[in-house]
Amino acid sequence: MLTILFDGVAYGMLLFILASGLAVTLGLMNFVNLAHGSFAMAGGYVTVVLMQRYGMGFLATLPVAFLVPALIGAVLERTLYRPLYDKSHLDQVLFSIGLVFMSVAAVDYFMGSQQQLVHVPSWLQGRFDVAGVGIGRYRSFVIAVCIVIAVLLQFVLTRTRFGSQLRAAVDDQRVARGLGIEVGTLFTLTFAIGSGLAGLGGALGAEMLGLDPTFPLKFMIYFLIVVTVGGRAGLIGPFLAALLIGVADVAGKYYLPQAGAFIIYAVMILVLLIRPQGLFAAAR
Amino acid sequence: MNMASPTTPLPAAGTAANAATAAGTAANVASPATAPDTASPARALLRRRRAWKPAEFLFWGAALLAPLALPRSMLLMNEIAILGLFALSLDLILGYAGIVSLGHAAFLGVGAYAAGLFALNVSADPLAGLVVAMLAASVLGFLTSFLVLRGTDLTRLMVTLGVALLLFEAANSWRSLTGGADGLQGIAMDPVLGLFDFDLKGRTAYFYSLAVLFLLFLAARRMMGSPFGLSLRALRDNRLRASASGVGVNGRLVLVYTLAAAYAGAAGGLLAQTTQFVSLDVLEFHRSADLMLVLIIGGTGWLYGGLIGAVLFELFQDVVSAATPQYWQFWVGLLLVVFVSGGREAVHKAGAALRQRVAALFGGRRP
Repeated sequence: MLTILFDGVAYGMLLFILASGLAVTLGLMNFVNLAHGSFAMAGGYVTVVLMQRYGMGFLATLPVAFLVPALIGAVLERTLYRPLYDKSHLDQVLFSIGLVFMSVAAVDYFMGSQQQLVHVPSWLQGRFDVAGVGIGRYRSFVIAVCIVIAVLLQFVLTRTRFGSQLRAAVDDQRVARGLGIEVGTLFTLTFAIGSGLAGLGGALGAEMLGLDPTFPLKFMIYFLIVVTVGGRAGLIGPFLAALLIGVADVAGKYYLPQAGAFIIYAVMILVLLIRPQGLFAAAR
Repeated sequence: MNMASPTTPLPAAGTAANAATAAGTAANVASPATAPDTASPARALLRRRRAWKPAEFLFWGAALLAPLALPRSMLLMNEIAILGLFALSLDLILGYAGIVSLGHAAFLGVGAYAAGLFALNVSADPLAGLVVAMLAASVLGFLTSFLVLRGTDLTRLMVTLGVALLLFEAANSWRSLTGGADGLQGIAMDPVLGLFDFDLKGRTAYFYSLAVLFLLFLAARRMMGSPFGLSLRALRDNRLRASASGVGVNGRLVLVYTLAAAYAGAAGGLLAQTTQFVSLDVLEFHRSADLMLVLIIGGTGWLYGGLIGAVLFELFQDVVSAATPQYWQFWVGLLLVVFVSGGREAVHKAGAALRQRVAALFGGRRP
């Protein structure tokens, strides 16, 4: 029972890191980026390639798994995403679905369609008992990393100059620009960090979630649920929503395996019906 | 007005809305007995716009004669007809009513499963099965239409996507009914109308699908050319203004959503009957996404958009997937990206003159 709760929390934390970039682009910048999962997949595959072909250690690959998707994100933001900021949601959806299809087929072409295995170092394998509850080492490691990142993100967004500039730019681009804030650079940087975090999440989650070319499609809906259910006002809503979904999904799959992902989708539709603006956000 | 439909001529949108609301109110308020004078100009305008254009005869004539020219590709033509019907269905809600949907495959899937189960368990008559498929899908459409009335475009995209995923999961889990991942197999259909047997070459299949497509197209053409269709466009262009001029919003949206669901259900029913097989594939996400691409290629907001898009899409798919079967999705993705990031404007600008001429022939829209 407690083990399930623990696994659920670990899963939820991972979802939050994966979706945090989307919480900013979709939640704050109001851009529907369904291709967010592609960046996560990129991070996962960076780790796989570095470990399998170049024999690097798991931990050493994590920074690279952040940097490469961040770089790809920055380039794509500059070239393709930017012209679409003021287009309709439908156009953004179509564009990012296109990117998803391309990334799925491209990874399939270069890496093959099989599941990729990531071997975590031996000191992270196995589990230990705390008061009779079996706790996975790797899952505690993931939770620890995710807590650090979550706190850091919240701090950056609410307490730093960068964060307040970003919030200003999101609230009113023209006024922010008039005050001398470099909105374009700010958005590129934000997008890059979001993509990088997705990549890091993909690398961390490869062991728990699995990694194959259909990753972006399989988890797209989960990221979207985290953001839309969590509300689009900040990071705390998505954080709570991610934990909720993580626990609910793990518990649901354990106790009601035949229901599959049914419960999650039903809950999402219900929440969106009752509170279209999300659970943890004020109406606006 | 968030949903800028890609091919609607923008300058005309305002006037279209005016004409539409005028026609709508005329139809609502003025019954012919009380005020025939205000109603008749609008009616005459509608009747003029509904007149058949020469190119339309050409289009359907070509569809009818195509098997003579290419007798070997009638299976492909059958797919085109079914995809065209499916695209027509999405165009009804997206192009005419401005409802965005990422889960239109839900209705296709329900129609396909309904037709398949009906053929397996009740009766193998194709037409009865088609009616059952349409009914099943329209029930789902009616129930879910209340979900798309609220919220923003984003919530609508999420909710429609969620409904489709929910159905996919349900079909996957409910093995005793749907066969799960194995699908429904061994569907054998009786001859259409008791006369035309389904053959391996797909000749009956194609003419059957084409006939259903044509009849439903006629119905859609009549409805979209009526005050009801014009009031839908008024809703799409400016919901607030339309409701202020006396056009009831929610009732019309529920109606058109249910109608579109029935059309998609018919497409699903045809798919199940002509391929004699139903699998989870009919509920897959890529069905909904591909459908968007079909409408983008053909253009939204005119009934021939979905049909022409379906022809081009299937031909494109046939050529590309013959070359690289496994990576076909890459090229779909590339097309989507290129179209949205400016390719659409470039194509439209280059073909503007041609398009206006073609559109005038089809009577679909006015420059």
